[in-house]
Amino acid sequence: MDPTRKRRLRLVVALTAAVLLATALIYTSFSASTEASKPSEIKPGRSYELTGKVVNGSIRHVGGDLRFRVRDRDGTASVPVSYTGVVPDPFRDGREVIVSGELQKGTFVAERDSLVTKCPSKFTKDEQSS
Amino acid sequence: MAGVGSACLAVALLTALYAVGASIYGARVGRREWVTSGRRAIYCVAALAVTAFGLLEAAFLRSDFSFALVAEGSSTDTPTFYKVTALWATQDGSLLLWVTLLSLFSTAVLFLTRRSLRDIAPYATAVLGCIAAFFLLLMVGWENPFDTLATPPVDGAGLNPLLRHPAMMIHPPMLYTGYVGFSIPFAFCIGALVARRTGADWIRATRRFALIAWTFLGTGIMLGALWSYTELGWGGYWAWDPVENASLMPWLVGTAFLHSIMVQEKRGMLKVWNVSLICATFTLALLGTFLVRSGILDSIHAFGASTIGVQFLVFIGLVIALSAGLIISRLPQLRSEAKLDSLLSREAFFLLNNLVLVGLCLVIMWGTFFPLISEAITGTEASVGPPWFDRLVTPLALVLVLLSGIGPVLAWRRFTPSALRRILAVPLAAMALALVVLLAFTNASDSPASLAMFCLVAFVITVVSQELWRGTVARRTMTGESWPRALGRLTGRNRRRYGGYLVHAGIAVLFLGVAASSAFLDQRDVRLRPGDTFEVNGYQVTYRQATAKVGGDSAGTGAPISFGAVLDVRKDGKHFVMRPSRNYYASPDPSLGTISRFFEGEATSEVDVRWGLRRDLWLAVRPDIGSLEKPIRVADTKFADSSADVQAFIIAALAERYRSDPPPAAFRAIASPLVMWIWIGGAIVVLGALVAAWPSPEARLRRVRSLYSARLGRELSRA
Repeated sequence: MDPTRKRRLRLVVALTAAVLLATALIYTSFSASTEASKPSEIKPGRSYELTGKVVNGSIRHVGGDLRFRVRDRDGTASVPVSYTGVVPDPFRDGREVIVSGELQKGTFVAERDSLVTKCPSKFTKDEQSS
Repeated sequence: MAGVGSACLAVALLTALYAVGASIYGARVGRREWVTSGRRAIYCVAALAVTAFGLLEAAFLRSDFSFALVAEGSSTDTPTFYKVTALWATQDGSLLLWVTLLSLFSTAVLFLTRRSLRDIAPYATAVLGCIAAFFLLLMVGWENPFDTLATPPVDGAGLNPLLRHPAMMIHPPMLYTGYVGFSIPFAFCIGALVARRTGADWIRATRRFALIAWTFLGTGIMLGALWSYTELGWGGYWAWDPVENASLMPWLVGTAFLHSIMVQEKRGMLKVWNVSLICATFTLALLGTFLVRSGILDSIHAFGASTIGVQFLVFIGLVIALSAGLIISRLPQLRSEAKLDSLLSREAFFLLNNLVLVGLCLVIMWGTFFPLISEAITGTEASVGPPWFDRLVTPLALVLVLLSGIGPVLAWRRFTPSALRRILAVPLAAMALALVVLLAFTNASDSPASLAMFCLVAFVITVVSQELWRGTVARRTMTGESWPRALGRLTGRNRRRYGGYLVHAGIAVLFLGVAASSAFLDQRDVRLRPGDTFEVNGYQVTYRQATAKVGGDSAGTGAPISFGAVLDVRKDGKHFVMRPSRNYYASPDPSLGTISRFFEGEATSEVDVRWGLRRDLWLAVRPDIGSLEKPIRVADTKFADSSADVQAFIIAALAERYRSDPPPAAFRAIASPLVMWIWIGGAIVVLGALVAAWPSPEARLRRVRSLYSARLGRELSRA
């Protein structure tokens, strides 16, 4: 094979591989992603990844369940959450949380072990102390 | 003292700017004295940064709460070890650490190259000065670590309890050393481009710095994983969290860089690729520093919105634009000196490994920034979870491990298939044997990806052992040395080569641990009363009794209250005791009651791990303090204005009440196989990297000779 053809062939192979990878990336990420939604946005009938802040004073333990309310980060709309499973260490009033599940009869029923709590900011002052 | 510190930073900023101006001016008009002055200015920046660092550290040690930073991140009851390390747990302090490390590294490299690389070094000095100036400007302008409080509080807020873990406190300096280290090859690369000296000189001068940076960054990542495993209370070591990904991306591209520069050194190829890789690595290192501070991505670590996000973005944008522009304008000088002879050559395989590493980095980057991408495209913020990462990263990781076995044994330029067969026959047989044994005696076939990884690990380790064996045998026949001596000498004479083999073996061992522990772990979440028993992976675990400790936990984190459990574990007639606990830290919130604030603050799991080469048993406990709610409330009203002694007494009484009559507690038990090998593999990697980075006697001799001949040349030309 002459060198220019060989080079062109190599380029085509490399580009094809790159395009394939990019397509796979885009396709899988959009199909596998879950939408993050605020309490004011969720409706019954499909599953969500709920994000927001834990309403102060709303945390209750009922049997093995954890009940609390999550409100919009910058608003007052809130939804009650019923959760079972492992509670992350930093879970507390006022913390930002992410939890997956779906709305059933007005309560957001969370999947087991899906609760993620954001760390109380390593690099900013604690809200309580500032 | 705070005034002196601020002054240090301001003067350091001016000095760094002077270094930039002086070295560029000196290089442009050819006046060496200005270049020398610019270089020495960088030494001064280092001295000033170290002074500022020392001043701040002293303030932390003597708990001087007139420093805002000390009041925020430390307290009188914080243990001394954590007082020292609290400096870099704060935003401003971590910037100071960054600049201190950067200036020290810059000083080291500029001192070592002061007699060589005369064309490149002045511009490298200028680049390093620019980076230092940027970080100093951030501190002088927005985040001054020496801010003072007009009315110092009696006591500080204390270090965030989650960070009270030895690994977590060494982890940031390690990570920063890695990030900072990559700025050295970056600076020399830019210097080489500006000076149009695009040979391998800048690579030879900074290769060792790149390797050291890579080692530190890798160690930092490993320590972060260890922290996650033993402190966060969820039992995993990697969660594809944006902050974790941010540190992994520069490491991956840095790995690609370390491989591809060998191709340039040996064959004069891949020049554009190399300069692009190091620019990308440095940009990613900046991005990593930025991500941790910006709060633009939701992360479990979420460092909150900060004031310096925009500045960082502008700086990153400038770095990308300038380096891209420079590379494009120097394309004619970056042409290859040789052509790829054959696809069956070491350079071709190195290129392939580079593509896989960069591909991995792109995948991780896409996933990390997906929330921003999806918000831009669809208008809703969506995220991809760990399963997405696992699915895409696993195949790439398998290819990477395979290449790490084949690459090092190939010849440069071209090799024949028959030679390859000869070298790979034994490793392939080992791989087949591993497959048969695993299928026959274990349930490894439940996870095809893990099974494939196990076989590849067997392949890589056999390749490395075979190389060591062949080299040692050859040396022994030649010199008649004893086995260990022959092995030692062999490694000592070819440090880069055998260090590299060790690194590859270590990575294989690490992946062995990852593949086994991710696919075959056994996890149970249970609620137990004292006396109850449950089983996990053949371990009979019995909750014997509750524990409650007031005033100092056993791990030395300074927690006032610690509730825990004693569990008896039995397996195959063996018996041992495990003691996980949970620490409670007082909340600084004054609206809470005097007693309840001790229970309403931060709480962290102190997990107990029974380490084992075959299997770890990991136990965490979450005591239910709900039963104490009523007595706490009563105590709050009764002892609202009581003295500290009385409060301590009440808390001790409450703790005793919990210990003697504990409600059911929640436990998480994880039995995961071969986790230990992740840490062992990591240690082997570090060892290998050290072997490769250590200067060999021959290399030193060569360097001295070349310096001598260079000087001779100069003097002859002058004469």
